[in-house]
Amino acid sequence: MTTLTSLARGLAVESGHAELIRTVRHVHVSDRPLVFIPLQLAGEANAPLAALVGDDRDKPRLLTVYEPRNRTERFEFAATLATEVILPYIEGYAAGEPGDKEAYPDAPQILVPNLAGVKFTRLLGRSTRFRRTQGEWAVPASVPLVGRWLTFYAERTEHPASSVLLPLTSALAAHWATGQSAAEDQNLAALLAWIAPPRGKSALEAARDAENPLDWPPAGPATDPSFDDEVLAGLIAGIREATTAGRETVIARYRAALDTALLTQLEPTWRLMWRGVDLLRSLPGGARVARRWESDRWSFTYQVAWLRDGGAPQAKRDSAVRAAQRLDRLEREQQQVAVQQAYDDPLVMAEYRMTGEAFEGKVVYADPGRRLGEGRSATIRPVIVVETDDPVVIEAGREVVDPSRDKQKGLVLDRPAARAALAAPSAFATPAAFALPATPDPGGVPGGPAGDAARTWVTLELSGGGIGRKPPAPPGRMPAVGDVVCYTTLIDEFHRPPEFPDRENTPWTHGGPPQDYVDNDDDASEAWQ
Amino acid sequence: MTEHPTEARLAKLRGGQPPQGYTARMIAALASNPGCARRSILDAAGVDKRRLAAYTGYPVPFGRSPFDITRGNSFEAQVKAEGAAQLLTLLRDKLSLDISEAGYTNLDEVGGSDGFPLRHERTRRLLTATPRQRGTMFDHPLLRFPVGGRYAYLEPDLVAFRHDDTFHVVEIKSFPVIDGQADPARVSAAAIQSAVYVLALRDLVGQVAEVRHEIILITPENFASRPVATSIDVRKQLGVLRRQLARLDRVEDLAAALPLSLTFDVDLDDKGVPHRSPGDLIGALTTVDASYAPECLATCEMCYFCRDEADGATGALGKSVREDLGGIEYVGRALQFARGEVPVPAEMAEAAAILRRAAVLRGEVLQAAV
Repeated sequence: MTTLTSLARGLAVESGHAELIRTVRHVHVSDRPLVFIPLQLAGEANAPLAALVGDDRDKPRLLTVYEPRNRTERFEFAATLATEVILPYIEGYAAGEPGDKEAYPDAPQILVPNLAGVKFTRLLGRSTRFRRTQGEWAVPASVPLVGRWLTFYAERTEHPASSVLLPLTSALAAHWATGQSAAEDQNLAALLAWIAPPRGKSALEAARDAENPLDWPPAGPATDPSFDDEVLAGLIAGIREATTAGRETVIARYRAALDTALLTQLEPTWRLMWRGVDLLRSLPGGARVARRWESDRWSFTYQVAWLRDGGAPQAKRDSAVRAAQRLDRLEREQQQVAVQQAYDDPLVMAEYRMTGEAFEGKVVYADPGRRLGEGRSATIRPVIVVETDDPVVIEAGREVVDPSRDKQKGLVLDRPAARAALAAPSAFATPAAFALPATPDPGGVPGGPAGDAARTWVTLELSGGGIGRKPPAPPGRMPAVGDVVCYTTLIDEFHRPPEFPDRENTPWTHGGPPQDYVDNDDDASEAWQ
Repeated sequence: MTEHPTEARLAKLRGGQPPQGYTARMIAALASNPGCARRSILDAAGVDKRRLAAYTGYPVPFGRSPFDITRGNSFEAQVKAEGAAQLLTLLRDKLSLDISEAGYTNLDEVGGSDGFPLRHERTRRLLTATPRQRGTMFDHPLLRFPVGGRYAYLEPDLVAFRHDDTFHVVEIKSFPVIDGQADPARVSAAAIQSAVYVLALRDLVGQVAEVRHEIILITPENFASRPVATSIDVRKQLGVLRRQLARLDRVEDLAAALPLSLTFDVDLDDKGVPHRSPGDLIGALTTVDASYAPECLATCEMCYFCRDEADGATGALGKSVREDLGGIEYVGRALQFARGEVPVPAEMAEAAAILRRAAVLRGEVLQAAV
């Protein structure tokens, strides 16, 4: 959290509704996302109990495990989830072969309520991807396949740039600040109560109501313990007894009752999920969101190809080379996302203006005709002087960029904090023109522009971005006097990844080349032991 | 027997009900928020906080699912079956021991009506006696632990494994370890609780034997019920506990500062119906200062009560928010500084300037005054 986002939390306390902390949406939201709300049985390791799932808000699909402690039923659940929901949904995006150097035009997106939903997805992937489809511990073929897909989704969530699997609470909390703590924001109902309070109630009242599990059952995967005690335990015991006694009609009656009971726990969250989707869609998308979604489309395309080639299940642990590669990639992505969000969103850029890594101001001088060098080797290097009230900590010699002209770089030549100290450097071709207009000093009116005492003048030498070779730079290709500009040291550029050895050339210090995965009895039978 | 004045004071605070014992979880929660006098006093007096919270209109949904309880019990029973055979195998492998068998003493059944001090004495006698076998497991020892200048008794669900002159704390938990990884929140909760046991066990047997700072966690492996042992170094948790517990005010001093008439008794009649008005009880609770933070939501039964009371405090939004807002205590005040509405005291100048700047920037970007 930063001063700006924390200030917004304070404002939310005062105003009684959530406050925006972003001016644009920084995540991709699909036109047809798959909403997945899983429930699990308490106490067990990833024992699915039920799921409400679907890509049509009017047609949720309920899947139930009537005996969640039975391993076979667990895998039947996974098989149904796979063949009737997830795999057809994914296939819809993987029709045909993309062109040679093309990704699929879109990718399937899954939305879960919260971080615990992501964790459930990862564990369901882990518990299914190693299953065998023949022999003693056989499961339907769709089970290990959906396991690979769920693992793919869960792994992508580690990528800061990825939107293929989003926990809705995190996505919403990244854009709105509530008047409660971050821990309380993990409750989807309470978070939405702050963002869009129901009519006639304050956000605070609505958020408190949202904590009552009778009105707003938990968004899963954990169920409300009192529901377990008062409803679930009796129904599951009933089904078991009827099954032992072989009484089909009783089984059917209990099963229907369990479905009804589970729907009461899931439907409120289903409505909240789509409301959250609407809220995210109500924000205009950031300009660089599509670029990040493209990386998701590519990884989806690779995953489809990998599976069509009979891809092995993802390893339980990364090999040395893959781990190093992945870490490097995540770090670079993190930096890239930070830069892109600042470029797309002045409220994010404001964070950097707070810390002095960016400044906004007015161009008070521009020389589009400045050259460096002589004769044929002369190059055009216009200069501008930006007058800013922001505290600038950027040293001379640093490169800066204005997001609205992100192909053009500015080299900081000088940044005196006093107007008198701003002298025309000898390198200026037209020193005579270097006379700044006087700015009226408003003299410290609170909230108004600062006086000269708090001002900085930054001299920038521009290059690139279409300023051409012959002076003067064409109009519009560089800032003109009077323009408001914003420059930052954050630069969005591709960094070539460092070289990593091939898998086969993993050095002995790192365990040598990793073994290929071989299907084995231990993995195939682990769920039953 | 003459009662210690503090004991009498605490008994009066509790009222007519039997005291609630301490648990390692309570001590861990107290250590995570040592500045909370309300929790210190309520715990020391053994007040039933859950009932108090519910009766004052702030019930907490801290229930545990019957499925979780069943699973926990059956896993524990499985590991301890047949003289803790599975447990011994795991310990032997984990500690590389060359013993073929070990003794197993369950202290759970010790003298029903005896008070805690007597039962604790018996635990001490058994644990410090020269063992007949090289390895002995003591199940459910009754430990004691100094909290706020008094001893708290603990009936932990743990096995103390004595091997030669070394004790190991063994905790059995039913959450899974999958591919060597478990839920970090549950592991850290188990580690801090185990650290409480290590300290309590050292208090008990420190004269005769060493208590290892590596505790052994027994959990189901992957998706099945096969147990696996993991050793966890709790030196960091031991340090945190010692430091935080040293910061706890002495219960004696806290109790002495309270009005003599104060009590948290809900005044139950013989049919179990409370007669005290909730408003009166709320008045009593507010006599003792609390120190609310969002972390309380996971650990303290009084959390909803204290949260409402802390409405408008920056700390209720989280420690980092409070720090971002310059450590200013109230949201209203921070916003006044941010808007430049009030004169700023010299010592707040820096914090206020940052807030002011944030407000100006936010207003500028959103084109609406903050």
